[in-house]
Parts: sequence; structure tokens; C-alpha cells
Amino acid sequence: MSIRIVKSGLLTSLQDLGRTGYQKFGVLVNGAMDTFSLRLANLLVDNAPGEAAMEMTLQGPELLLAAGTIFALSGADLAPTIKGKAVPMLRPVFVMKDCILHFGGYRRGCRGYLAVAGGFDVPVVMGSKSTYLRAAIGGYEGRALQAGDTIHTGICSESMALIRQRMALRASEEPFVAVPWFVDTAFIFESASIRAMKGMQYDWFTEQSCRDFFSEGFLVTMQSDRMGYRLEGARLALREPREMISEPIAFGAVQVADGNPILLLADRQTTGGYPKIAQVILADLPRVGQMVFDTQIHFSLVSQREAELRYLEQEKYMETLAKSIWQKLEDEAGR
Amino acid sequence: MDDIREKLRNAKLLPVGEAAVLVSFDTKIDPVVHQAVRAFAACLEQHPFKGMTEYVEAFTGVTVFYDPAKICGEGLLQPDPEQAYSYQAVVRYLQKLLSGIEIAAQDEPRCVRIPVCYGGAYGPDLEAVAEYHGMTAQEVIHLHAGGAYLVYMIGFAPGFPYVGGLPACIATPRRKSPRLAIPKGSVGIAGSQTGVYPLETPGGWQLIGRTPLALFRPEDQENPSLLRAGDRLEFYEITQQEYEAMENEGSVPRP
Repeated sequence: MSIRIVKSGLLTSLQDLGRTGYQKFGVLVNGAMDTFSLRLANLLVDNAPGEAAMEMTLQGPELLLAAGTIFALSGADLAPTIKGKAVPMLRPVFVMKDCILHFGGYRRGCRGYLAVAGGFDVPVVMGSKSTYLRAAIGGYEGRALQAGDTIHTGICSESMALIRQRMALRASEEPFVAVPWFVDTAFIFESASIRAMKGMQYDWFTEQSCRDFFSEGFLVTMQSDRMGYRLEGARLALREPREMISEPIAFGAVQVADGNPILLLADRQTTGGYPKIAQVILADLPRVGQMVFDTQIHFSLVSQREAELRYLEQEKYMETLAKSIWQKLEDEAGR
Repeated sequence: MDDIREKLRNAKLLPVGEAAVLVSFDTKIDPVVHQAVRAFAACLEQHPFKGMTEYVEAFTGVTVFYDPAKICGEGLLQPDPEQAYSYQAVVRYLQKLLSGIEIAAQDEPRCVRIPVCYGGAYGPDLEAVAEYHGMTAQEVIHLHAGGAYLVYMIGFAPGFPYVGGLPACIATPRRKSPRLAIPKGSVGIAGSQTGVYPLETPGGWQLIGRTPLALFRPEDQENPSLLRAGDRLEFYEITQQEYEAMENEGSVPRP
């Protein structure tokens, strides 16, 4: 089966959990900005959680879906419709007749994910299907999706194949059918503060700057993308000018250049030479990935232990979701 | 050998968030520190731990990335309540590794020769660099191609080498206004660094030449970077004709 891109949307690319293991060669990690939503969309169509999905930014694409396609939408609500009828998110949707999936604009969040049963059949480059835009590798021909592209889907799981057979027997006038159950993931849009630990060079900053960073709000400016969010707010200053030697960077590092913080994200470079005042905790990165321009970020300081506990809690939650979704899908398949 | 051992013995372990640890051997760029980085990276390659996702070598240390959910921090004696238990378990493991490193006789470093067509359209800033130092362009070329270089690390962009060893007399500040697109293969100087751009990117480096060699080779999934940390580097001058011939050769797909 395949999906045809009728309109590209603002920035639509294939992403998975990233290209790990190649940073020592300077190769960026890339991957989904909101990995929680990516994994969830995959689970809903019985894919491996790290399969590639379409990451759609603010203005989604227009997609021609073939009858028999099973997909799930997660992350940002980009107002999806088929033939003018709203398409419910966070659950599997079965396409009954060839139809066009349209996205009207963004209602909540920044990045939506579309996973299809069987995943996307694109080459695995250095262990990942993620699109690396600048190096033009991975994803669909190393680039963002464009009108006219056709992406083939892979082989779906047995349960999904059974569900597809069952659906094909159903007489329906509707272009799609969705299950009544869904997963609630409103937490990724919560506006609560973003939790962070002290960064590697935290002590290099003036007391005032450290205080401001964790008390003042910062604006996500228009100069923000998958590489990082350029933030604007209190000016952050070093105690004294210091020469910094380039060192590796982790997802969620907050480096300071020219007094302004930059929150480094999925397409961050592997190493950098600017001092880092903070490191956002893993559990809050999905929320960061859903922020749109012009929102305020507030940071709050937590310990490393706290960060670990929140991460383990989120992983546990994901595990629980995986189990219950799997059970639901087995029921749908009549097994 | 003893000075490398001392660096390894005195390593500092520092948290990089809750999913990575920096093993730092010093705070300055130095060939001995670099040897310690190499020795430790080689050891990690041999003895990875469960849950480790990757490691990245840099000038003064190695950053080790891991998944806290895959590290068992249970059974730690009196864990620090502020620190992640997975971090403490990883630190314990790495400390053990550090104390037991056998420094193998250092392999003879690879020497990679990089052909460069200096000046002209390929090196639009060569004249400005020469002028800055009150030299002729030929003198700059001679000095640049005569240097003994060491690749300290690969980072910033795929295959991009951080190189030490630029003769101090041709160190040149970055351009005042950065270029929006620096062509792939450009050889430049920025302060006391010299390097080669593997991909077209924006940047403020002074461009003195260009190489037809591909530094980033994504088709080679085992070794996508031509250069590796620890390589010795030599630049040598080629003519524009040689450049073009090599470039055409390079466009033939590898087996």
C-alpha cells in the first residue's frame, strides 16, 4: 500500500527515535521532536514503537490514502478531516475507500505524528529512517516530503492484517471508521514549567543570571526550529569571560550565546562551544517539542534524581499504555 | 605512558543531564590528554555496559550516553538522594573501567593526506589572509601545507575534523560577516584552527582552498567519516586541473 502526498504542508518529514551511535562521526541524531507521541502513534497501529512516522509541523499536508490503510494520529491537533468530517486522533482509523486526509491548521501543539500500520518502507540509513535534512540522508530521499511523492508502507502485524480483513467485509458508506476508544495524552500540552537540571557550565554564570533563568519567563522566538529554540528574556551573563572548549551536547541542553539561551533539540549539532546553563529533563522534552512560537517557557530547577524518577515514571506509563493498546487491538482483531 | 596513566587516574566524572556522563581528563587541549581520550574510548568500545547507547570523544574527555531506564541502580550502597541512581551505577562502572585500563602500545596513527587547491575561486580569502599577515599567498600555502596536524575530534557536522597544529603565524580571526553558504570541501582557518567543511553550511571561516575529497561518506555506514579522532593530517597543494580530475574520479560510485 502507499500514501501519496498531494500537498506537502509546512515541514513534513519522516522521523523515528533518531540515529544513535554515529555522533562520534559528527552525524546528528535527528528523530522526532516529541518521541512520546511518535511511540504512541506507532503502538496504536501495532508497529514497533520506534518505527518511522510522519512528523507534521503546524500546517499539515494533504494525503491521498488508499482503502485498507490503517493509521493513527498523535501529538499536535492539526485539525484533521476527511471529506469535511473530523478524524479522531489517538486511536486507529481504518480507511474504507480511497480518500484525502486534510489538515486544517493547528489547534493545539506544534507537531503532529501520523503512523501507518506496517510503517514506512524507506531505507534504513545508519540504523535509522529519520530524515537528516542538511546532509540529505534518511527518510524519503533525504528530504522533507513534497507534493507528488509516493511513500510505500511496510508489512503490518498479524493483528492489523486480521482487522483489515474484518473491516473489508463491513458495508460502510463512510470513507473511514475509527474505534470508540482512545488514549488521553493531554499532558504533552500542559503549560506547567519545564523542569531542568544545572548545565555543565552553570557555575560560570552570575548569580543573577542563574536566578533569572529559573524565575523569569523566556519567549520562544520565530528563529526556532528542529535544531533548537532561540529564547528571549533576561540577558544571561558569565561571571567573567571564559574560553570554552567544544564538547558533546545532549538533547535538551540550554546553551547561551550572546546572552540569549538556545534550547538544543532533535537536529542539534553533536558538539558545541557555548556554555550550557541548564539541561532539560527527558520527561519534559515531549512538551518542549509541542511548543509553538511566541509561547513563554518557564524553567524550574530539579535534581538529577528527580529527573530520573520522572523519566522512569513516563517509561512505565508508556509500558502500561503499550499493554492496554495491544489488548484492545487483539480484541478488534477478534483474537 | 605514565603521563597518560596519570590523566586516566585523575579523570573527573560529571553529569550531563540524567542520561549521560562526561569523563573529563583535563580542561585544556593537549596531545597527552588526547591520548587519554583515545585510550578510554578504545576501552569503552571493548567493554560497553548494558544500557549504554553511544559515546562521543572530544578534546578533553569522552561523553557516555545511556538510557536510565535500562540501568539498574538498585543495590547501591547508600545512594546519594540528589543524584540519579542510574548515574551513580554508571559512574561506578566507569570508575572501575578507568582503574583497570591496560594502555596497549599505541597503534601507529594513520596519516591522511588531503589534496587542496589553494586560492582562486576555491580559496577566496587566501589573499586577505596573506595580507593580514603581511605575507605572500604562496607563503601562506607553504606554511599551511607544511604543518603537522592532529585530528582531536569529529563533531559539529558529519565528518568535520577539529584539527590542532596550525602554524601560529597564519592563525587568522574569522570573517566579520559570515557567509550564508560555504561550499562542501572548503579548507579554512578560524583563529588557531584549520579544518575542512564536509557539507555546505553557513560559516565565518577564512576560506583558503578546497579539497575534492569527500569527508562525509554516508554510503559507508560502518565508517561514514573519512577522518577519525587520532589521525595525523597533511595538506598538499594541487592545481585546479588536478582538482577537477580528482573530483570527476570521486563522482564514480564506489564498489
